[in-house]
Parts: sequence; structure tokens; C-alpha cells
Amino acid sequence: MISPGYDAPPGRANVDRSAWVLPTRRPGEVLAAVALAGPAIVLLLILFILPIAAIIAIALTDWQFGTKSLHFVGMANFRGILADNGFVASLRNTVVYVSIVMPGTVLGGLGIALLIESGNTLRDFYRAIHFLPFMATLAAMAIVWEALLHPTIGLVNSTFASVGLPTANWLRDEATVLPALAVIGIWQNLGFAMVLFLAGLKSIPQDLYDAADIDGADRWLDRLMTVTLPMLGPVAMFVVIVVALRAFEVFDTVQILTQGGPGHASDVLLHTLYRESFEFLRAGYGAAITVVFLLVAVTLTLIQARLIDKRVHYQ
Amino acid sequence: MSRTGHRLSWPAAIVRHALLLASGGLMLLPFVWMVSLSLKPPGEIFRTSFSLLPEHWYAIENFGKALTAASLPRYMANGVLVCVAILALQILVCAPCAYALAKLEFRGRDLLFGLVLVGLLIPHQVLAVPLFVLGYSLGLLNSYAALIFPFVVSPFGIFLFRQFFRSIPDDVVHAARLDGLSEFAIVWRIMLPMAMPAVMAFSIFSVVAHWNDLFWPLIAVKSPNLMPPALGVAIFHGGEASTEYGPLMAGAVLVILPLVLAFIVAQRWFIEGLTSASLK
Repeated sequence: MISPGYDAPPGRANVDRSAWVLPTRRPGEVLAAVALAGPAIVLLLILFILPIAAIIAIALTDWQFGTKSLHFVGMANFRGILADNGFVASLRNTVVYVSIVMPGTVLGGLGIALLIESGNTLRDFYRAIHFLPFMATLAAMAIVWEALLHPTIGLVNSTFASVGLPTANWLRDEATVLPALAVIGIWQNLGFAMVLFLAGLKSIPQDLYDAADIDGADRWLDRLMTVTLPMLGPVAMFVVIVVALRAFEVFDTVQILTQGGPGHASDVLLHTLYRESFEFLRAGYGAAITVVFLLVAVTLTLIQARLIDKRVHYQ
Repeated sequence: MSRTGHRLSWPAAIVRHALLLASGGLMLLPFVWMVSLSLKPPGEIFRTSFSLLPEHWYAIENFGKALTAASLPRYMANGVLVCVAILALQILVCAPCAYALAKLEFRGRDLLFGLVLVGLLIPHQVLAVPLFVLGYSLGLLNSYAALIFPFVVSPFGIFLFRQFFRSIPDDVVHAARLDGLSEFAIVWRIMLPMAMPAVMAFSIFSVVAHWNDLFWPLIAVKSPNLMPPALGVAIFHGGEASTEYGPLMAGAVLVILPLVLAFIVAQRWFIEGLTSASLK
């Protein structure tokens, strides 16, 4: 990176350099910025910002895909979805699903991360096998889970029967379908939570453990209670939100395994959104569901962003 | 020496390995079961007794059926095409923008970055209805273009590259300008090569996301010839093969195999790439 400019006499070089030093504005810089950032900004507007405006506008109309007519109906779609038993069931199921997957994933991920971090051997191996489900194509793995949960030939039922546990037609029974889908959700996301916790554990300063040692907290459990868990607090809050957000966006397993059934027992928001918009072609109605989905997702993401900022301040 | 503790005593070490092997075994169980069923004939799959390996090997029949009846090679080729096209366009669009946001001073820069942050807030599924209408009015639906166009710009890509470019000293940019490089040449020949870790992380994030995506392909394409792997295997499952677990499992093995092999080779890169998106 040596260039002729730096060989100039000190005085001149300083003058030259100050002309280049950012943020001094150079002529032509605006033009360069337009050329460089222009395509991305235009595409962001067309593919992200305008669609958000459009979805809110469509939610206020009675539009159906394929029809030319369209009327402003105000909040009628929102009143409609709130009065619709199907939507209310879908919202409730999503909340139930998240409230099983989130604690299961966070506690499981924390436990595995603590176990891996407590020793020195085979760390990468254990990390890899727990992370594998997170990246494997869920649409394909959902079919494997269907075979595992099959009422007659499934491994789950044959294992449960052999040790005297109750068996079920897990994906076809209203009482078991959501918990069964939640188990798949935990299985998929556990390794993700684990990796986030492992990063959090690495950032705890060694000094704190040394200090705890001197104070007599030298057993594993003492150190866990006095140093590790209190220091993991902010990370844990962050993992809770990230996992809740991922669980909230559940779709693939529902679409492939249950289509929301039996009845509405496993209908979730994203699946209802898909069905209303693209199977029933009720664009206005689907858009109202989309707006509800957007509000929840944006709230969770904003909390997540705040937690990241907080964590930076702690350091 | 572990950070969270002293060297474990040997009974504690044994307990650690036992617990981790048990939980790891549970995590791997669906993968093991998938491979096991993909090797078995229907008679053995529908037997209730438990065995991992088949009595009569049926792998050729199962994988043969997945490869021919379900046109799985076509789905996977579609997946490669779509993932490569999306990634190339994303880097082409996002890197110059990230450079402008990181290293140039111009009016409205903060506003533009605000736009990127708004993009980051939006879950992509929310855009499905308007993007479907847009694709319809442009005549793009049911084509490769339909699978690609919503993703040509990635707010996360811009954000990640901008962060990395900011950590590169301004002197590097000045020196390049004194050498007579244009701003575009600086992006492609100086900044991007120096930001290889960010490029790798983003590439893995993008390819994994689009290889695995079911939601948008389900909306965008109807023709089996265009389907990417996740949608292809879902259609195979929903069709006549819905209870033929041998071929279905063979199909599942083939769909997840490329990513799993890449993961085994580049574990650290994968974990970094796939978690960086939530640490944004």
C-alpha cells in the first residue's frame, strides 16, 4: 500500500492528506456515492419499503387476487380476523408453540453449552453434532420426523411402548400435535442457542473466576452460581428473544406435516397467512394477518436490537 | 484449562461425556433413522421390530426411485442455480453500497443507512403478497427469475459488509485513490478481498437460507421443473409417494447431503455465518 504520495516532503504530504482525510467532502464524492449505493437503494425501496406500505394499504381493502374491483373497507379486515375463530385459534397456537419452544430451546442450549465449556476435550465435536439440525433442510427433516412419529411403525411409539409410556398418533391428535411440533422446533433450534451461549461464556473475564477462587467459591457449582449464571444474564435475555422470533416464524413443519390440522389444532400465524393469501386468494384478509405478524416480529426485533446495544455498553 | 472451571476430575469428565453423548445422540437420531430407512425395503420399514441395518439391502431401489420418479437431480440443480444467482447478485448490489456507507461522506448517508436498518427489521415472509403482485405484473411468476428477484438486495449483506469495511483503515482507501484506482475498483480489488471473512460468513448464510427455503418457492413457482430442493422434497412427500418412506428418506438424504458435507469440512465458518445474522 505504499504510494508516491507518501514520499512527498512532510509539509506537503500533510496538506495533501488532509484533503483526503474523511469526512472532508470531496467534489465528486456525491456522484460516486450515487453510482455505488444507487442500485441497492432503489432495490431496497422496490423490494422492501414499498411492499410494506402496500401491505398496509391492501389490508384496508376488500381486494381478492384475480379481481379488478377493490374497495376501501377501513378496519373491517382487522375486525374480521379478530372475529374469525380460525385466526384466533392460529394466534393462540402460535403463542402456545412459542411458549414451549422458547424455554425448551434456551434451557437446553444453556445446559449443553455449560457442559461443553466445563471440559477441554471434544469441544468442536460436541458443538458440531448439536448444531447440525439447525442447518439441515427442515422440509426434508420434517418428513423424517413424520416417520419417527408414525403411529404404527414409528420409533417413538415403539420405544415408548417398550418402556410403558403412553403412545399416540402424535400428529393427528389435537392434544399432542402442537407439543410434537414444538419438540421438532426445539430439536432444530437448540444448537443455535448453544452457540450463542458458548460465545457468551467466552466473553466472561477470567479475573472474575480468579476472584471467586480467592473468595472460596472454588467448586464447579459455586462458580456457576456466583459468576457464570449472573454474568450470562444479558446474553440469556438476548437468546430468549432471538429464539422466540425464530419460533414465531414456524412454517415448514406445519405446512409439510399437518397443514394446520387436525381441525385448527396446529394452525400457526405464518401458515394461516399463506393459506388465506395464496390458497383462498383473499389478499385483503391475508394482508391484515400479515400486518399483525409484522407488528409482533418488529417488536421482538427491536427488543433484540436494544439488548445488543446494552451488551456493548456492559463491556 | 477451561475458562469456567478447573480441570475436571475423572468422574466429572466421564459424566460430562456421558451427558453430551446422550444429548448428541438424540440430536443425531433423526439423521441416523433417515439413513437407516433409506436402505430398507418396504417390508422391513413396516415391521415393528427395531433394527438399524436392513436384512435385505434396498438402497439402490430407494435412491433410484428418488432420483427418477421425483426428479431430484433437477430440484438440486435448480437449487444450485438459484443459490449461486442470488449470492452473486447480492454481493454485486450490496458491496458497493456498503462501501459508500462506510467510507464516503455525502448528504443523506444516515438516511440511507436508516433505510437499511428498516430493511433488517422486516421478516421476509411479510413481503410475500406485494412481491407476488409485483412478480405477477412483471410477468415473472413461475420462472427462475421469480425465485431470485426478491432476494437480489440483502439489508443484512449491506449491514455486514459496511461493518467490516469500516474496520479497514481509511489510509488504505487514500493510498488506492493516489494509485489512480476508481471507486468501483477500490470496492472490488481492495475492500472485498480484505473483507473475505465477512464475504464467507455472508455466503454461507445466504446459500443455506435459500437452499432450505420453502415459503417463497411455494408461492413463486408451480412447475416441477423449476422447484428448488426444499419444495421438491415437499411435493414428493405430498404426492403419490406419501407413505413410501424408503424413497422419501433417500430423497431427504440427497437434499441435506451437500450442506451437511460442507458443514463437516468448514464447521467454524458455518457456525459463524449462520449466527452472525442474529448478532447484527
